[in-house]
Amino acid sequence: MALEKQRFDTLILGAGGAGLNAALQLANANLKVAVVSKVFPTRSHTVAAQGGVNAALANVLPDNWHWHMFDTVKGSDYLGDQDAIEYMCREAIPTVYELEHNGVPFSRLANGKIYQRAFGGQSQDFGGEQAARTCAAADRTGHAILHTLYQQNIRAKTQFYDEYFAVDLIKDDEGIILGALVLNIATGEPLLIESKTTLLATGGCGQVFRTTSNAHINTGDGMAMVLRADLPLMDMEFFQFHPTGIAGKGMLITEGVRGEGGYLINKDGDRFMEKYAPNAKDLASRDVVARSIVTEVRDGHGCGPEADHVMLKVNHLNEDVIAKRLPGIRESAKIFAGVDPVKDPIPVFPTAHYVMGGIPTDRFGRVMPTADDDGDHLPGLYAAGECACASVHGANRLGGNSLLDILVFGRLAGHNIIDYVKENKTHRPLNEASVEASMARLDRWDAKGEGMTVSQLRNEFRKTMEDHAGVFRVEDMMAEGVEKVKKIRKKLNDIRLTDHTRTFNTNRTEALELENLIDVGLAIAVSALHRKESRGAHSRPDYPKRDDAEWMKHTLYWRESDKLDYKDVRVQPLTVESFPPKERVY
Amino acid sequence: MIIHNSDLADIDRLRWQCRRGMLELDVLLEAFLEQHYEALSPRLKRHFIQFLEFPDPVIHAWCIRGESPDDDEFAELVSSIRATEVA
Repeated sequence: MALEKQRFDTLILGAGGAGLNAALQLANANLKVAVVSKVFPTRSHTVAAQGGVNAALANVLPDNWHWHMFDTVKGSDYLGDQDAIEYMCREAIPTVYELEHNGVPFSRLANGKIYQRAFGGQSQDFGGEQAARTCAAADRTGHAILHTLYQQNIRAKTQFYDEYFAVDLIKDDEGIILGALVLNIATGEPLLIESKTTLLATGGCGQVFRTTSNAHINTGDGMAMVLRADLPLMDMEFFQFHPTGIAGKGMLITEGVRGEGGYLINKDGDRFMEKYAPNAKDLASRDVVARSIVTEVRDGHGCGPEADHVMLKVNHLNEDVIAKRLPGIRESAKIFAGVDPVKDPIPVFPTAHYVMGGIPTDRFGRVMPTADDDGDHLPGLYAAGECACASVHGANRLGGNSLLDILVFGRLAGHNIIDYVKENKTHRPLNEASVEASMARLDRWDAKGEGMTVSQLRNEFRKTMEDHAGVFRVEDMMAEGVEKVKKIRKKLNDIRLTDHTRTFNTNRTEALELENLIDVGLAIAVSALHRKESRGAHSRPDYPKRDDAEWMKHTLYWRESDKLDYKDVRVQPLTVESFPPKERVY
Repeated sequence: MIIHNSDLADIDRLRWQCRRGMLELDVLLEAFLEQHYEALSPRLKRHFIQFLEFPDPVIHAWCIRGESPDDDEFAELVSSIRATEVA
């Protein structure tokens, strides 16, 4: 059967906040837009973002974008690009107002203005008093934004391809992206979407680790597509781990539990945080608590038959306190850990939460294909959201800046695409060889016979990533991990599907996702091995200090030969003075 | 929404629709589908298909936080889902 083809001005892969906000700009400008999403759009992972969006509206306390910028640069441990950060903090304000006008039901003050709550890492006057910068729609901010943007896109006649899986970018001999091959999950039939511009907005990749708070859909699909198109990923060693996820499952147990007096114990019942952080104890910063938990487990003090986790004790707290101040925690622990925290401690382990790295872009969302900082962007290819790296989070992300990132850069990428399409009105000739290569990759999964299952190799891979490229990072262990993951990559050839039907073949989709996970996993493991310093979320006990003389630079990783290169951090903002690196004290 | 009898047996489609934006729902709904769906009455199977159309925060409030659905028809299903063995 001939391959079905469709043509659009813009193809957007992913329907979370970044993809939908970009699509809305484009559809409102009467461009022909396709949005491809592997699940129904309002089931994208943006829905899980409950916290809110930072913008210096100054509705509750004095604030301005420059203070927001300072906090973000400092939070990034000085690895963020200061031009992009300035741009994001300025654009935060019109972005939030645009969402308000589009109908996002933000929580409000009595005077009618958008309510703003205080969050960690927010300051007034460059590190002074606490600021209140986070706009929220009750505790459903992500959902409210997604729902509003989806409805607005339906109104604006964006064409949605729901339950389509993006397989590969299609490119010509000059490296220009011509669109993508996608797979209709319902029928198993491929579809070629040709586009003048393509935006990757496929979200994060938390599923590379065994313990993650990310939904099952977060498999780094767009990142891996970029790697297969011979383009780099940037700063993939920077992965934020939340210290307390339910062991072996990953669901977050909020910091509030420790804030209310809960504390961590090892198998001997020792309150071990007293040893690692004598003052702050269980309320030490996320990375310190996460590393302490892993150290306890590595030193043989872990709990359970596999001695692979620690316990979060809350049963000394009053049952009413748990019910009133920690709603949902008791239920989550009962369902996913099988314990009632009123009676028994909760088994916990650090859980992979957010990737700061991703597809390198400039502040307009344009993909940057080389380490040459003054080099050109790749015409027509864009990335935004968690899959992209602008880089505004640098080595660590502030709370409330993730929704901001996806919304601002989705919107700005949309604006830039509109300008690009005005100048580039025609489709470039299709490159059949690129299409055939992608089709061959799909057809490979039709091979029958004996072999490993997808879940066998996925389990082996995710455990390897957790053990060798997770929270605890020392040279020998990480080098061993890189070799193990390379072997796992070879084992992909040994997998045979157990289901060869066409319709809703989850087995095939999961095989394609596993290929993506392994490519992205290697990017993380190799990048982390070579950064010989501790900065933000990347913590190396063998190189415990931040090294600004050597490492004020971004890592770039290419899949071909697992090659690395580096480019300098952009320390010069657009209109204000640079914030020079300082020791981070909170 | 129109649900045909043939939809009730389409486990592959339902398995994909248990993929949600929140990990908690992925794990719980997939486990329920694998462990209990086959044994449900046709009436409850229809309820489950309808139930999957609700937004994630609504499903989360019912299945994780334990809020009660206004509609009694879903209350029975939700209590079965909450009883699913995932730990």
